[in-house]
Amino acid sequence: MAAYCPEVVQQLRQEILLRQGCKPPSAAAVDMGLGPVAAAFPHGVFPTGTMHELLSDGPEGASASGAFASALLGPLMVRGGACIWIGARPNIFPPVLAAFGVEPDRVIFVDVRREKDGLWAVEEALKVEGLAAVVGEIREVNFLVSRRFQLAVEQSRVTGFLLRDRPRSREPIATVARWQITPLPGGRVSMLPGVGFPRWSVELLRIRGGQPGKWELEWREGKFHFIGDAEAAGVGDAGAAGVCDAGAAGVGEAGSAAGGMAGTAWAEKTRRKTG
Amino acid sequence: MGKRFLSLWFRHLTTDYMSIRRPPLREIPFVMAAPDHGRKIITAVNEAARIQGIDTGMVVADARVLYPTLEVIDEQPGLTGRLLRALAVWGLRFTPVTAIDGSDGLMFETTGCDHLWGGEEPYLSAITSRLAAKGYAIRAGMADTIGAAWAVARYGRGPGVLSWGAATIENGYAIIVPPGHQTTALLDLPPAALRLAPETLARLHKLGLVQIGPVASFPRRALRRRLGGELLLRIDQAFGVEEEGLQPVQPVEPYQERLPCLEPIGTAAGIGIALERLLERLCGRLQQDGKGLREAVFKAFRVDGRIMEARIGTNRGSNHAPHLFRLFEEKIRDFEPDLGIELFSIDAPKTDDVSPLQKTLWTGACGPDDPRLAELADRISNKLGPGLIHRYLPAEHYWPERSFVPARSFDDKQAGSWPTDRPRPVHLLPVPERIEVTAPIPDYPPMLFRYRNKLHKIVHADGPERIGQEWWIEGALHRDYYIVEDETGGRYWLFRAGHYAGDQTNQWYLHGFFG
Repeated sequence: MAAYCPEVVQQLRQEILLRQGCKPPSAAAVDMGLGPVAAAFPHGVFPTGTMHELLSDGPEGASASGAFASALLGPLMVRGGACIWIGARPNIFPPVLAAFGVEPDRVIFVDVRREKDGLWAVEEALKVEGLAAVVGEIREVNFLVSRRFQLAVEQSRVTGFLLRDRPRSREPIATVARWQITPLPGGRVSMLPGVGFPRWSVELLRIRGGQPGKWELEWREGKFHFIGDAEAAGVGDAGAAGVCDAGAAGVGEAGSAAGGMAGTAWAEKTRRKTG
Repeated sequence: MGKRFLSLWFRHLTTDYMSIRRPPLREIPFVMAAPDHGRKIITAVNEAARIQGIDTGMVVADARVLYPTLEVIDEQPGLTGRLLRALAVWGLRFTPVTAIDGSDGLMFETTGCDHLWGGEEPYLSAITSRLAAKGYAIRAGMADTIGAAWAVARYGRGPGVLSWGAATIENGYAIIVPPGHQTTALLDLPPAALRLAPETLARLHKLGLVQIGPVASFPRRALRRRLGGELLLRIDQAFGVEEEGLQPVQPVEPYQERLPCLEPIGTAAGIGIALERLLERLCGRLQQDGKGLREAVFKAFRVDGRIMEARIGTNRGSNHAPHLFRLFEEKIRDFEPDLGIELFSIDAPKTDDVSPLQKTLWTGACGPDDPRLAELADRISNKLGPGLIHRYLPAEHYWPERSFVPARSFDDKQAGSWPTDRPRPVHLLPVPERIEVTAPIPDYPPMLFRYRNKLHKIVHADGPERIGQEWWIEGALHRDYYIVEDETGGRYWLFRAGHYAGDQTNQWYLHGFFG
């Protein structure tokens, strides 16, 4: 039996990723501040210049996924560039974007009357090079249309988000990542009364070249905070949770493995349940 | 270059129109008549009736004495004006400036237009033969001044100074006065050719002046004293000493390009090429002047007289021809060339200053004032309709619906900053929705609420945050907002309208969802 050699495994992994079409990240990679979640992505970097799909159930979930997408827009828009937000009314409440680190006046809202118009507008917007991101609040997207979106972003390197609230069909479409965002009861701070910080269960259902998983994240002080197993078990306060910023990379890494494994286990369980 | 004018005189405008509508009338004498003080007065006659000695202003009964089987048609009020307007609009394919001249004629400014037809003679022949083919009896005069063109069209006769005569048109004649020769052309004509008031004409007649030549040779002071200033003005206008203006049926846009075609265009590819050429020329001019168009109208004049047009608008001034072409592309698809299109024109009724410096603000990335984004916005609003694209700026109001305002343009800079000190929902309902609650009084957050038939048990709540109505904008109750969280983690923004007043129950509303 050959000795386990991490370098060789790493090298083979890279090779597989390359063959799957995931190019190694360029210098322009954006740090999303997702901490442990980043380990699930190919090469450990949030895939920009691709399509992401965010699923939700009901208005509460739609708001959560809107908030999560806004939080991801912040780092994408740091280097300048505008964002286009396409959707049927009611759209996101513009002032709230400021709370997620996005300048609302750099977001262009397109309020379409029909879903079909929205699909056309998203595709046109994805073709514009230099945009930071395009967000489409569109319920029904079929495979053909998503393929067109993917082809458009491969040309323009724009990051696209599709927010799909209660879609009729959950058939896989041609996106690089599929997320499911659900709100979680907020964390208490030292047993204080009132509503805590926004907290979501972020589930990466599908990721090309990566490892699906499930995490619990909290949005606090303009950053994602990873809710570790310690707090989930009800021990300690919010301070024990891992902080998902670049400074705490080590903690993040450690947490990520656990989270990733827990996520896979959970995914496995649900698959069995649904199947 | 001197100006050139073409006067068209429709001798029997309304009767010709009736003959076109009802071809049997062409052969027989008929008149149009309108009732006046219990009699019927003839207002228009056709050529056959004129030969019988019937003229306008006669009473129908008298005319019937001359020609007993005379056909009489009731006059339609306003028909003359409508016909002249339609003919003037039709004439736009020959020149951008066409005007209605009195009640029986048109005036075209043809400066710089005739070379496209290869000279004045073919140009005039194109116009007159088209009108004659329709069935109008016309007389045309072309000269350096409006007065002279008017005079030769109506009173000029036989080849004298004419370079080209009556034989070419079957249904009338045309006279071209060569540039600078209007004085010689006018001298032999009667004073009525000067567009004078009837009293002045009567006085001239009494004085035995039957030609313009002798009138013009009198000392000006004597003419002014005896006949008034109008005569002098008309003489000056006809001779080109005084300027005279036209009132065009369609105002001429400063940015207009026209493309006449030698052969009528009948293919989509042809229309595309025409549009491309026009846009190139227009954008070239706009770029030189540092302008960009906000609105453009592309028109195609069909051989059969119909005009098709496509209209586009842009969100910011653009003089980028390929972009504008793409905007038009969608719209010109439903153009039907039918027999062919003989003229294309493009107007830019609304333009804006554009400065090329704006590109440098966010280099590489595509910021809100990047032309690429403006072009995307144009494409969206042209396809999906206007008023869909918004960019918001902060407004200094606490009332949530008024806390942001749409920006006027993509370049609008924000006045204030976006407030982040208070939690606000991710989705705000445009109109708050009524909910049923169970709430302890007087001002505790609710314990339960029912929204869309679903019961939510509230676990945690924050509040109240009172937001008062701005009485100078709208008089309504203040709102006490609560942030609540239910068992499943859904976070809502609820409010109670107004004070708790004891005996009556307050209405509660759901206004938003937190992320």
